[in-house]
Amino acid sequence: MSATRRILASFALAVTLGMLALAAGCSREPENDAGVINIYSARHYQSDEALYRAFTDATGIRVRRIEGTDDALIERILQEGAASPADILFTVDAGRLWRAEQAGVFQAVESPRLSQRIPSQLRHPDGKWFGFSSRARLIFYDPERVEPGMITRYEDLADPRWIGEICVRSGGHIYNLSLMASMIAHHGLEPAEAWARGLVANFARNPQGGDTDQIRAVAAGECGIAIANSYYFARFMASDDPADRALVEKIRWVFPNQGDRGAHVNVSGAGIVVNAPNASQALAFLEFLATSEAQTQFARGNNEYPVVAGAALENPSLEQLGPFKADTLDAALYGVHQAEAQRALDRVGWK
Amino acid sequence: MGRGRGLPSLPAAAMLIAALVALPVVTVALHVFLPDEGAWRHIARVLLPEYIGNTLMLVAGTAFGVLALGLSTAWLVSVCRFPGRRILEWALVLPLAFPAYVIAYTYTDLLQVSGPVQTFIRDLTGWAARDYWFPPIRSLGGAIAMLSLVLYPYVYLLGRAAFVQQSSGILEAARTLGCGPWGAFLKVALPMARPALVAGVLLALMETLADFGTVAYFGVPVFTTGIYRAWFSLGDPVSAAKLSAVLLAFVFTLVALERWNRGGMRFHQVGAPAAERKPYELKGGRAVLAVTVCLVPLGFGFLLPAGRLAWLAWIGGDAQFGARYFGLLWNSISLAGISAIVAVTAAVVVGYGMRLRPGAPMRLFHRVAGLGYAIPGSVIAVGVLIPLTLADHGLRAWLASWFDFEPGLILTGGILGLLFAYVARFLAVSLQSVDAGLARITPAMDDAARALGEGPGRTLKRVHLPILRANLLTAGLIVFVDVMKELPATLILRPFDFDTLAVQAYKLAADERLAEASTASLAIVVAGLIPVILLARQVSRPPQRRHRSEAATLMEPAPA
Repeated sequence: MSATRRILASFALAVTLGMLALAAGCSREPENDAGVINIYSARHYQSDEALYRAFTDATGIRVRRIEGTDDALIERILQEGAASPADILFTVDAGRLWRAEQAGVFQAVESPRLSQRIPSQLRHPDGKWFGFSSRARLIFYDPERVEPGMITRYEDLADPRWIGEICVRSGGHIYNLSLMASMIAHHGLEPAEAWARGLVANFARNPQGGDTDQIRAVAAGECGIAIANSYYFARFMASDDPADRALVEKIRWVFPNQGDRGAHVNVSGAGIVVNAPNASQALAFLEFLATSEAQTQFARGNNEYPVVAGAALENPSLEQLGPFKADTLDAALYGVHQAEAQRALDRVGWK
Repeated sequence: MGRGRGLPSLPAAAMLIAALVALPVVTVALHVFLPDEGAWRHIARVLLPEYIGNTLMLVAGTAFGVLALGLSTAWLVSVCRFPGRRILEWALVLPLAFPAYVIAYTYTDLLQVSGPVQTFIRDLTGWAARDYWFPPIRSLGGAIAMLSLVLYPYVYLLGRAAFVQQSSGILEAARTLGCGPWGAFLKVALPMARPALVAGVLLALMETLADFGTVAYFGVPVFTTGIYRAWFSLGDPVSAAKLSAVLLAFVFTLVALERWNRGGMRFHQVGAPAAERKPYELKGGRAVLAVTVCLVPLGFGFLLPAGRLAWLAWIGGDAQFGARYFGLLWNSISLAGISAIVAVTAAVVVGYGMRLRPGAPMRLFHRVAGLGYAIPGSVIAVGVLIPLTLADHGLRAWLASWFDFEPGLILTGGILGLLFAYVARFLAVSLQSVDAGLARITPAMDDAARALGEGPGRTLKRVHLPILRANLLTAGLIVFVDVMKELPATLILRPFDFDTLAVQAYKLAADERLAEASTASLAIVVAGLIPVILLARQVSRPPQRRHRSEAATLMEPAPA
């Protein structure tokens, strides 16, 4: 055999072996009696594994998962098309659920149980996706720099008196895009853009880091005000670390707009993929997520708020944060206004 | 087998492989001709100037950084003798084991306003956070520093190989003709090492352009940020592809500059390498200075961040640490190993094909195949996904019609898609090393072997491959380490329930659990250390042996 051929042969062999090594794992057929579901998830919380285990224990249905970034998962499902093994797309933002729905990823599902338990603004009208947990976008402040009661609404943050005080993450991040989209939905584009311009003028520093970093920066004194999601702060509250305890002592929180529309909340949700090979098992999974047990698990394991009324929190941090009024804006609007929100934030220089 | 039969197939195979590898890049580039959804105009008007400005500064700064760190250390450990040199010689490669995003997380944790360093300053002085100025780590300067610290080993490795292999005669001649040590360095050694150094800088810059993790975390808007923003926030993949195409043009220019810079120069090895050259003995203050110069990149690029990660992992590591990590480690290592073998094999075929048929079409394929290195991993992933799923659907339809058998997605369902993406992305690295090795072999050797009656295949096997062994190992090890660190393509193309160390680190870091993410990050670094140390030994091995084997290979009688 010539060296050329040997090289080509070994190349082909390596490729074939690699292919076969995992081709066995990609069959679309269910593998046992109760079956299996394939979840494409953009949630990357370790607590989700407990959720999946609980589902398998309850139903016998095995869960296989691929975790990745939302848009890449959507792209993968679209490219895989009719042959896609995906049963469920599970993601973390209403804007993305909307985009996946627009791209034709989901199929409509009729489930009296789901439509009865999940509030209508947190699910698609045709049952293409359902929100299962929510998180609120809160304002945190240092009481030494900001008198309690001075800030009660998102709109207050644009007041020039807070110049050099506000810390927040990048304007390209979905949390801020959805907040901006809700401002656009409530006030219209121009007032919302003016608000964002005022907010940017009050920045203490260039947007950087994650939500946790903004909270820490308030505690360290670099800024007086931060915008961050509820569950990052709840995590600090539950920490054993004395430094985290000290941080929580130093900081006050505000559920914004309690006197009017309520605090901006965003959902994490899922839907059944249009070509799902295991659609009935997938529906069982969605209905499982709406049970009180699973709903409590979102709160207990990951500091998220349940969406089903009356589900227990079993989470001292969330209980200490207290009840609040949530904005009942249709979550799909975050998606509708998302690109517009991004363009507006780019224009006002929210990097 | 007949000697002539390998002749036409090798260049053809080279073309085929290069075309396959170029496929994802071409797929991305072709999007340019599709109508976009309006994001492009918005980006071009509002954001592009800033992206271009920041990208240029990032590239220029990182080029300066990797050259300053890599060149100085490579020269010192190659030609000078000072205490600790033998350890530094290999230890200087260690920062290569760090993914840029991990070192960025680690330094942010140390240096941000709520980190231990600034807290200590405040406790010591009684100042408040706004009473003093501290260099912000999350900035363009910070990104340049992070990327320089982890990428300088490319310049160091290639530069050191060049310095070690320079003929002693030339340097001695320079000294005899009245050059001082600096003169010999500036006028002779540096110009001779230029192709290697430029190649090292180019690799570092391509990785800089492809980086997303660091710049995104630091909030520095550069091209990759724009690609992500266009695609993910503005929902416009076509505009994202247009930005990628601009990025590609940029890289093409860089590569063309390098070719132009090299010009017609050829550097075939003649005469004995510099092993017997008398090294400069450094004593006293100079020795201290040399050690300090070498300790700066090693300390900041490896010792300090690794120490901090180890501490974080110790006080609050990943609760899932345990048996699961064996699985993660195995997945990471087996993927990296298979990719390394495939990438090196592909590089040998492409590189040697180029040597056999150095025509214009081959040159084009060769060049395009190497571009993937500068493309962000998630863009490559989509570039892989589109042609591969197309092939998959075709394969499925074919199997269904011929065998009445309907499988799942064979190509994208397994790790093949991942391997494809890795080779598309990292072929540039292995090709670089193979090309550099081939360039040093004078064509006279090919002619001699051919004159003695060997075909090109057997010449490759019996002459080039043995001489190239060191280069092949280097190429394989670098690809191995790069795959271990790779994240975005892995994330999207992997099969079900298939996590790697990088994925585990990402999941925790994306959830802003940096202390927990430290365990997996440290595991990536530790698992990457073994190949990196092998790599370093490879580089620091005295070169005579290789030279002898070169002669031995030529003289060894052919097997019957």
